[in-house]
Amino acid sequence: MESAQLTHAQTVCAQPMKVNALPPVDTLNINPKIIGTRSMSFRAKHLLGIEHLGPDEIVTLLDLADDYVRLNRQSVKHTDTLAGLTQVNMFFENSTRTQASFEIAGKRLGADVMNMAMQASSIKKGETLIDTAMTLNAMHPDLLVVRHPHSGAVNLLAEKVNCAVLNAGDGRHEHPTQALLDALTIRRAKGRLHRLNIAICGDIAHSRVARSNILLLGKMENRIRLIGPPTLMPSQIDQFGVEVFEDMREGLQDVDVVMMLRLQKERMDGGFIPSEREYYHRYGLDAEKLGFAKDDAIVMHPGPMNRGVEIDGTLADDINRSVIQEQVEMGVAVRMAAMDLLARNLRATPREVMV
Amino acid sequence: MTPQILTNLRLIDPEADTETEGWLRIEAGRIAEIGEGYRDGTDCGGKVLAPGIVDIGVKICEPGERHKESFRTAGAAAAAGGVTTMVTRPDTLPAIDSPETLEFVTRRAQEAAPVNVLTMAALTKGREGREMVEIGFLKDAGAVAFTDCDRVTTNTKVLSRCLTYARSLGALVMAHPQEPVMSSGAAVTSGKFASLRGLPAVSPMAERMGLERDMALVEMTGARYHADGLTAAGSLPVLERAKAAGLDVTAGVNIHHLTLNELDVGDYRTFFKIKPPLRSEDDRKAMVDAVATGLIDCISSFHTPQDEESKRLPFEEAASGAVALETLLPAAMRLYHSGALSLPQLFRALSLNPAKRLGLEAGRLAVGAPADLILFDPDAPFVLDRFALKSKSKNTPFDGQRMQGRVLATFVGGHCVYGAL
Repeated sequence: MESAQLTHAQTVCAQPMKVNALPPVDTLNINPKIIGTRSMSFRAKHLLGIEHLGPDEIVTLLDLADDYVRLNRQSVKHTDTLAGLTQVNMFFENSTRTQASFEIAGKRLGADVMNMAMQASSIKKGETLIDTAMTLNAMHPDLLVVRHPHSGAVNLLAEKVNCAVLNAGDGRHEHPTQALLDALTIRRAKGRLHRLNIAICGDIAHSRVARSNILLLGKMENRIRLIGPPTLMPSQIDQFGVEVFEDMREGLQDVDVVMMLRLQKERMDGGFIPSEREYYHRYGLDAEKLGFAKDDAIVMHPGPMNRGVEIDGTLADDINRSVIQEQVEMGVAVRMAAMDLLARNLRATPREVMV
Repeated sequence: MTPQILTNLRLIDPEADTETEGWLRIEAGRIAEIGEGYRDGTDCGGKVLAPGIVDIGVKICEPGERHKESFRTAGAAAAAGGVTTMVTRPDTLPAIDSPETLEFVTRRAQEAAPVNVLTMAALTKGREGREMVEIGFLKDAGAVAFTDCDRVTTNTKVLSRCLTYARSLGALVMAHPQEPVMSSGAAVTSGKFASLRGLPAVSPMAERMGLERDMALVEMTGARYHADGLTAAGSLPVLERAKAAGLDVTAGVNIHHLTLNELDVGDYRTFFKIKPPLRSEDDRKAMVDAVATGLIDCISSFHTPQDEESKRLPFEEAASGAVALETLLPAAMRLYHSGALSLPQLFRALSLNPAKRLGLEAGRLAVGAPADLILFDPDAPFVLDRFALKSKSKNTPFDGQRMQGRVLATFVGGHCVYGAL
């Protein structure tokens, strides 16, 4: 039986596929001036989470991000959309990828970007989050990108400043730009973002990516399956309109999209799994387990990957199945779109300056 | 002091479980006469007169954190809230664990508070769960109960000795049952809401585990025990079994767990962060029912002042607790107006039972009892403004909420300490 599955998986992997085939229009250069000239529906002042976004807002953002993907593939990638605006990246938690993505996004849009490494600064001196926010607010930033190790910290900050706040991940709560970039990746690979069977696998409990994805994919009317050991499932997660599987092969049966999550060892305060090798055996994605998914199923991972823990290294690099590199590319475009839209709303409703 | 007759009253007698129209005469600080019908005196316009609230577990931040609350501000808040006896907690800085600190608190209370103040002392030195305090000296100095508050004594050997020693002196031991390892770091109750908000959570089962352990120790030692601040439906059968087995056990619930649930936290509102965390609606209803049947004996405010700084933090990092001396009665009126509890039932839990458990004469509407009384209008509507509170700290979850129930006058020992009479 096992050898039969392996053979099946091998044949699946061997099939040549083009998952990131782009519409032909992408080969044409896009004039930055026409980006975002279509009608827009996006009302939010901040991007704190997916929870309060409507499907129309999600579509607006993804459409605009598509334009930015084209721009980013040109030799001249610069626009003046955010010219004159100041973007501050406040990262209270280590991040290389997300911070770089936000920084590039801001710079391509012409904003003045500043990075603040918060672990090294006043937080260590006992200053509270609110004090830091108020200090920063007095410098009149326009866009504030915040990552914080505690759930809800970004919401709290947004109440106290008068610029647009983007949540770059708060605790185990939400990571909206990750869910949006995942959605854009899926939409481009699958040609749609509805009625897909999508499996989210692994450490759901500690994952803000999973929460934002469950909310977004649910709003866009997909079937969501969560796969993982029960110790890594949040309580009453079955009430979120998802199907929960403890057996990975059963859960992956005929799915269109496989989203892997990183095992967040740094957030674990006790034994959630017996060992990494047992975890890999039962929940690590390899060619054999992927064989249960649809033949054209794509493999996603928010990064950084623990190769050999939740995903087989070879599979992660398989350009026929893995869209992990596309996810990174979409990340910049989605963040450009998000900041563009928030800046428009910011300009449309100038707010009182709090001193 | 001159005799005073209050008339045209709705008299709430929690002992007899009755509500009658009548009058009441105060003489020499005590209730001298109670009668039905109308007689000449101070006309109270048909408002409600009930025994003053005996509130077990009030935190007054003296010594150590007077910027949060002092005896003066807490006393004023208690008088305005109809609390005629505050039973204070020992979880101050330093903890009240010696006759000397207890004496300081007693003196401060006499100087500054217009209501009765009784003090509890820590059960172990520094509330550290290692060595028992001088229970005998502290009891002589006036400590009415012994508790380490929200710190659970994990060393059951130490705890069993404390309970045994306390029993020999007839001292009451109070505890907040909780399995401390399981609940460490938790900010909310586990479930759908906690998962959505991504907050560290604990199952209410941790409370039941703590209560089961304590009941076993009480059975073993025969101590007098009060389980304070129960919150979970799962704890109630344990309590019921212990009472049926004849253990000397009583239990209390905080007003917040009777009137709010986990969803009130909403978008990380830290004023709703209390310890134990707010529970599900099913738990809340079960606790209200348990008060109605009498399984839960007491309702308290669990008044816990916190300054703005300790609340203006991310939810996980924010301090727990809420001020409640002034909101206890209007919040309790929600249970009356919703039809869940009658006024005599409410005052049985707010006044009579706590007084009985502590061996006080107060809490009754009977001839000869101390004239610790509140006159209030259960229907008067208002919108709560937290900055109008008399407490020094303003951390109330009821800010901006529509409430009913206004205290018109508070009497302590026959003296009017609040109101216009």
